[in-house]
Amino acid sequence: MPDLGPHAIYILAAYAVTFVALGVLAFMIVEDDRKQRRTLAELEARGIRRRSAGKMKRTKRS
Amino acid sequence: MIGLANPTRFLALVERLVPWLAGTTIIMLAVGLYLALFVAPPDYQQGETVRIMFVHVPAAWLAMGGYALIAIASLGTLIWRHPLADVAAKAAAPIGATFTFIALVTGSLWGKPMWGTYWVWDARLTSVLVLFLLYLGLIALWQAIEEPGRAGRAAAILALVGAVNLPIIKFSVDWWNTLHQPASVLRAGGPTIDPSLLTPLFVMAIAFALLFATLHLIAMRAEILRRRVRALQQTHVAHAALAEAEA
Amino acid sequence: MKAALVLLRRDIKLAWREGGAIGVALGFYLVVIAMMPLGLGPDLNLLSRIAPGILWVALLLAALLSAGRIFANDYEDGSLDVLTTGPLPLPAVAATKCLAHWLTTGIPLVLLGPFLGLLLNLPIGTSLSLVLAMLAGTPAVSFIAGIGASLTLGLRRSGLLIALLVLPLYVPVLIFGVAAVTPYVTGPRSLWAPLLMLAALSLAAIVLAPFAAAAAVRNALR
Repeated sequence: MPDLGPHAIYILAAYAVTFVALGVLAFMIVEDDRKQRRTLAELEARGIRRRSAGKMKRTKRS
Repeated sequence: MIGLANPTRFLALVERLVPWLAGTTIIMLAVGLYLALFVAPPDYQQGETVRIMFVHVPAAWLAMGGYALIAIASLGTLIWRHPLADVAAKAAAPIGATFTFIALVTGSLWGKPMWGTYWVWDARLTSVLVLFLLYLGLIALWQAIEEPGRAGRAAAILALVGAVNLPIIKFSVDWWNTLHQPASVLRAGGPTIDPSLLTPLFVMAIAFALLFATLHLIAMRAEILRRRVRALQQTHVAHAALAEAEA
Repeated sequence: MKAALVLLRRDIKLAWREGGAIGVALGFYLVVIAMMPLGLGPDLNLLSRIAPGILWVALLLAALLSAGRIFANDYEDGSLDVLTTGPLPLPAVAATKCLAHWLTTGIPLVLLGPFLGLLLNLPIGTSLSLVLAMLAGTPAVSFIAGIGASLTLGLRRSGLLIALLVLPLYVPVLIFGVAAVTPYVTGPRSLWAPLLMLAALSLAAIVLAPFAAAAAVRNALR
């Protein structure tokens, strides 16, 4: 890291805020995506599935 | 676009694209950070603080780009009735809002050493603040309406109203700012940017844009799945109630 | 046209009979203005300098307070359903309702403005420009409020939500409205430029907002 001069704290703070904010955003989105996939899988495991999904399988088999 | 109208096909595409997009994003971010913090020379007027520009300016670009994306998707919802348009708009709002927030905070941190204060009511800062408020309104409206279809159309109307208003707001804020221009706003550093600063700027901009695209696709997938879960739970509850009534 | 007049008369009569709503908006306007010197200190020079801004911001808030009423009552008792199938096109219905809001809330607030200006030591000479600016700007306030009201039909906490959705859209009205009144910007030209801008904003809102509001109403009734 080069010498960032007298205002180093502002520069580092700007980068820190940027990457913390993006990190939190990415974490929340990925976590939400995982949660939805898990719930959907659970529902399907309990035999609750979408009619259109069932239809697709049937047409494939026939 | 027509092929993508089928959510199942879209989900398959997301599945294939996301690993590649995420990988490229990480590489570009690493290269961009290295260029921005280690390679780029300090500006002759702003000194080292010019490094804040490499996160500030791309974030501001994506803040505006995100709203443009939402506005176009809103047209897709209201006019072409594309089934993924409101999913795209809803998924883009928190990402755009985050980039707007980053643009505001880094701008403020850049302002302290340059202007001597964290916040000045500079025309550009003020416009970005209003943009942030518009994002917050959109997100709040989405959360307030239960039914996804209605929420999507209401948010699309609001987004288009905002898109029509943004140029007027920008114009009025510029006008207001020239009316009572505080002395401290006279910015050091002219409009010209040295080419040695342009490369890191563009690399960071591409990296941020790739990150936006990656997160957007994942958020869209999450939204599509959320709607499926919601539909399944509703029909399940309805079936259960029906069975109970018969028994 | 006749149907619009009938609807307008009905809405004004309802707002009048309800009475409370107009009174509450005026009372709210008074309270906000009365709180300001208590927060800022009794320095009359400071107050007269910031009076235009305070008067405008308080007016926007007071107008928003009653904005939910534009469609909500008719939504709840089902008359909005009837109106969508009636002879009048839905954008015309929306425009009429926004106009009724302007007549029953906007104009009373505007007329109260100069008197509240006295509390803030706003020079009497600026009263005329204050009223003119508010008359030119408040149609935009009512019509944009109509968009917020239609988008939040039937939602919980719709009042707060309307404020969040609509206040950012009021930025141009606020800027030009204050510029028209700011006393130290003197000369006729400095009054006319913002005044014409306010009129332009209002015209644009009158033309465009009813379509957005109509689309939102249709969406809420679906």
